[in-house]
Amino acid sequence: MAFGPHLLLATLEGLVTAAVLALTALGLSLVFGVMRVVNVAHGEFFMLGAVLAWAVASAFGGHPAVGFVAALVVAPLIVGALALVADLLVLKRLNYNPEATIVATIGLLYIIQQAALSFYGPEARPVEAPFSYRVLLPWFGYSGYKLAVIGASILLLLATWFVLARTRIGMVMRATQYDSETAQAFGIPVDRVYAGVFAVGAMLAAVAAVLIVPTSQAHYLMGRDPLLLSFIVVIIGGLGSLRGTVVAALLIGVSDGIISVFFSPTLAKIIATLAVAMVLVFRPQGLFGTAAR
Amino acid sequence: MTDNRDSSSIFRKKISRRSTLKGLGATAAGLVAGPIVAGPGFVRYAQAQSSAPIKIGFQAHRTGIGAAYGRWYEKTTNAAIKAINDAGGITGRPVEIIVEDDGTDPGRGAEVVGKFATQHKVDVAYGTLFSHVVIGSAPVAGEFKLPYFVVSEGHHVASTKLNRYVFQPGITDVKSQIQAMAPWIAANAGKKVCQIFPDFAFGYDHRDYLPPALKAQGADVVAQIAIPPTESSFTKYFPQIPSDTDVIYHVMVGPAVLTFVKELGEFYGSNRPQLFGFIDSLEAVDINSPGLEFLDGSHFWEGAPRYAQADDSDAMKAYRAAVGIDDNGASVDDPKDVSTAAHMFGCWETLYVIKKAMEDAGYKGPEDRAKLVEATEALTEFAEGPEHPQGKKTFNGKIHQCFGIQNISKVEDGKLKVVHKTSIEDGLYEPEGDYTTQAL
Repeated sequence: MAFGPHLLLATLEGLVTAAVLALTALGLSLVFGVMRVVNVAHGEFFMLGAVLAWAVASAFGGHPAVGFVAALVVAPLIVGALALVADLLVLKRLNYNPEATIVATIGLLYIIQQAALSFYGPEARPVEAPFSYRVLLPWFGYSGYKLAVIGASILLLLATWFVLARTRIGMVMRATQYDSETAQAFGIPVDRVYAGVFAVGAMLAAVAAVLIVPTSQAHYLMGRDPLLLSFIVVIIGGLGSLRGTVVAALLIGVSDGIISVFFSPTLAKIIATLAVAMVLVFRPQGLFGTAAR
Repeated sequence: MTDNRDSSSIFRKKISRRSTLKGLGATAAGLVAGPIVAGPGFVRYAQAQSSAPIKIGFQAHRTGIGAAYGRWYEKTTNAAIKAINDAGGITGRPVEIIVEDDGTDPGRGAEVVGKFATQHKVDVAYGTLFSHVVIGSAPVAGEFKLPYFVVSEGHHVASTKLNRYVFQPGITDVKSQIQAMAPWIAANAGKKVCQIFPDFAFGYDHRDYLPPALKAQGADVVAQIAIPPTESSFTKYFPQIPSDTDVIYHVMVGPAVLTFVKELGEFYGSNRPQLFGFIDSLEAVDINSPGLEFLDGSHFWEGAPRYAQADDSDAMKAYRAAVGIDDNGASVDDPKDVSTAAHMFGCWETLYVIKKAMEDAGYKGPEDRAKLVEATEALTEFAEGPEHPQGKKTFNGKIHQCFGIQNISKVEDGKLKVVHKTSIEDGLYEPEGDYTTQAL
């Protein structure tokens, strides 16, 4: 394949990765930014989104779009509710202690993963895309749905930005992130904000999973890669920085696409990990993060 | 104090059981020494000696990337054990299967085999599919001198690089499969072949043995693309396929196989090169899944056919009914639950080989494991029939590997129809070594 089309394909693949990664990592970043909780179970919320998408989509007959749209609404809601419960039963009781919550979310990771194995099974199951339009380029064909994933992700990111920057809820969250004690002194129900943020973070991962699952398949082990990549993105972008997360996702996603296509996917992972190490050494607060107070 | 008493009583019990067993064994040896020479009459004779079950440790891929295969390997194993027990068991003793999940992981696999030997004290270990797990577990089986019957397809057993306790008597190996396929590919699909294979042992068998096999037929491998078995997105690999490729030869495994084939379809559409795949790329996946329409007219290797064929033997029909798959190769309980029909017959056949070898060896317990190894090595042929429904096989005791027929099937009207069957001779090659020279 000639260089031009080859690069185009690489960029498209990279953008799809970046789109899904941005949403997933945003959830992780939000949870860390506001709650200072490193959520190791984040990848499992992603997996749960995909698995529930399969369950919901296969419960609906008829046109695949019906089941998909239902999944897009229902799956994140269920995952959000589950995260809410996890927050109330586990994280809150640990007083959101940073060390204790890491261990607790590791436990959560295994509970969710093994529960999926028990109830959903070890198979990889497909979810049908809402439409199967194939974009025919002169050099190769490309899934129209994947392009739609990029678009949907951009819309969702804009919506998240709008909520955080322009609404009262967002202001309350930002206040809690800035200084939770002062926020509490001003009458902000910090506990409820925490619970809400944890749920929203999980829902972002679940939405990303529902979007991507028609191009891959739902499988109980699928949470590992998104978790790793999300951590990479969040560290590079700066924990808690929304803008940093999106920029880093774009950087990691597109470079992953291009390096994988032209060289090898293993090299792409090596370079991403190396980038994390470099960022940690030279700019520990991340590209867009602010130094810890 | 109590502890002491307890442990000493356990100790005493152990000694007494062992000495009893010894006595029993001696008596048995005396009793059966004649009949062994005399022949099959001995089997019924041995019934009186012990009715304790023969324990077969089943190393199953219940979880991990091999889970879909593991589930069907387990179903087939249960069906075969039921059939064997209904017919009187092995040497008159019932057979019990002890399942341990290896997570499709070589490290865990080695632990499982060790557990079989030391904790479960099984008679033989059996059932592993994924080649990296076999390679990881084989040294442990050798160390404990535990006969280890795999159903893996990989060439590692036949390469004689493992050890004398590892056997593959129920399914042919990749080298043999490739050698039998190559003439058909070169003659019917095309001369310039691009290979796509998983980046681990099983894939390397394909990488290493296809080019020479095709060369012998005047065809060439123009590119080789290795993909990590845990990969979930494949489009990024497709630009490496040279534009002058006649045939894409694909063999993928793992949970993302459907994505692989779907993305191949998106990339090429109907304007594709010929496709020749090992059914591994679609094992446990419905070939009528949305997005797979472009496979129509392409060809697949199958060990045993997934779809019921017009010329199926009675033995094949009985086997399919016993395992519980319908004419489409899916579970009779759930038409969406597609089986791994092309491979799982190997479990059925391997268990019957274990039965035959144990009966030939006059196997009575773990102390006879060496005899069992020799009896297995002495096997030469398995006739087609209820015990070997996939077809006739020959067995080479020096390399611990069986040889059999292969099927090439075409995707037609949403089904796989067998269009060519190779002969056993097509897949024979010169042995690369001899396990029987190794010490027991």
